[in-house]
Amino acid sequence: MNGQIESIVGRYVHVDIGGELHRIYFEENGAGIPLVCLHTAGSDGRQWRHLLADAEFAKHFRIIAFDMPWHGKSNPPASWNGDEYQLTTARYTATIRAFCKAMKLDKPVVMGCSIGGRIVLNLAIDHAAEFRALIGLEAADFQQPWYDTTWLNRPDVHGGEVCAALVSGLVAPQSPKATRDETLWAYKQGGPGVFKGDLYFYRVDGDLRGKVETIDTSICPLYLLTGEYDFSCTPEDTRRTAASIPGACVTVMEKLGHFPMSENPAQFRRYIAPVLAEIAKAQAPAKQGVHA
Amino acid sequence: MTQASDSSAIIQTFSKIPALLDATPALVTRGRFLDCDCRLGPIDQPFFVSIRAGRIVEFTATPALMRSWRFSYRATPKAWHEYWQPMPKAGFHDLLALTKRGEAVVEGELHPFMTHLQYFKDLLALPRLHASQVAA
Repeated sequence: MNGQIESIVGRYVHVDIGGELHRIYFEENGAGIPLVCLHTAGSDGRQWRHLLADAEFAKHFRIIAFDMPWHGKSNPPASWNGDEYQLTTARYTATIRAFCKAMKLDKPVVMGCSIGGRIVLNLAIDHAAEFRALIGLEAADFQQPWYDTTWLNRPDVHGGEVCAALVSGLVAPQSPKATRDETLWAYKQGGPGVFKGDLYFYRVDGDLRGKVETIDTSICPLYLLTGEYDFSCTPEDTRRTAASIPGACVTVMEKLGHFPMSENPAQFRRYIAPVLAEIAKAQAPAKQGVHA
Repeated sequence: MTQASDSSAIIQTFSKIPALLDATPALVTRGRFLDCDCRLGPIDQPFFVSIRAGRIVEFTATPALMRSWRFSYRATPKAWHEYWQPMPKAGFHDLLALTKRGEAVVEGELHPFMTHLQYFKDLLALPRLHASQVAA
């Protein structure tokens, strides 16, 4: 409708990460249980705009999506001297915890996709008591690499084109063209070397094999949802990971790929609504839950 | 369908790709800076393909001896059959999904392939998008 203004609001918060203030952009909507959403490698918080705008979810959740430093509207920190950007497990974990602390969120739910799904597992390993529930989309303790990341940042290859072309195959063929194209557009807009730097965490530093066994889902519930068309983090990768985590809930999502929330929001809603309803119900047993 | 007839069908479908490309000007435009000789097709019998300014100017299954090429992308007949389905199965829906599962191999000097990755994905998916014309 012409003139419609969405209920999503975007602002900046100054966050102390590792002793340096970062100007972090975030968007939010709703009220209630804080739900922090983490974007995929090389993209930004726009991936969550459909979830953010969901009026039903917003009745029960304060839905927040922030851009990681170097991504979207969160610039690199002032101290950056141009060195190669590399995301590490420690840095990623510190950034999420610092954001939640700066925003004064009370035991938020964190939902992350891809690298966001992987770091959710690390939050469950080391910081479970800080969170109300954790949701990993396209998450596993490890995945087999399927391309050489040096192609992502070199002067004789267009970074935006190659990043988008590589991940285009991770979108399910059933996803609508408009949302598929929008998902890929973010990859065409990323800063040079940022997608590659994120994958340093994914490929090199963030191998959680042998560590996820320590996750205690009685402290913090863990939900893992993976799209059937994701050949990067396959349903088998997620099932294998969950097999060593007692109490982890696994869902394989049909007709979805690696970017469920942005590539096909309506199909994703069918799967995430029951999860959010369960979390809301557990936190407010006397109140009415979310209706999917 | 026997393996031999399956391979024959794959080769027949491949032979229609140049005409399908000519009928897809947006894809030709996407490849307008691409000049490349490569091998594309079935794993045992790839076509030699010459591309100039995004158009296929030569497409042959029986090249001259000692023909040079920069890269090749070859896949099993099963992989091509599945890749060209109107709604391909998970794991058979992308060129790099096929390489990851061992149904395809990409070899050689990959620069032209990577600089034009979406072009080659879309080029080799043309039979999927034009299934009725391919069957005709």
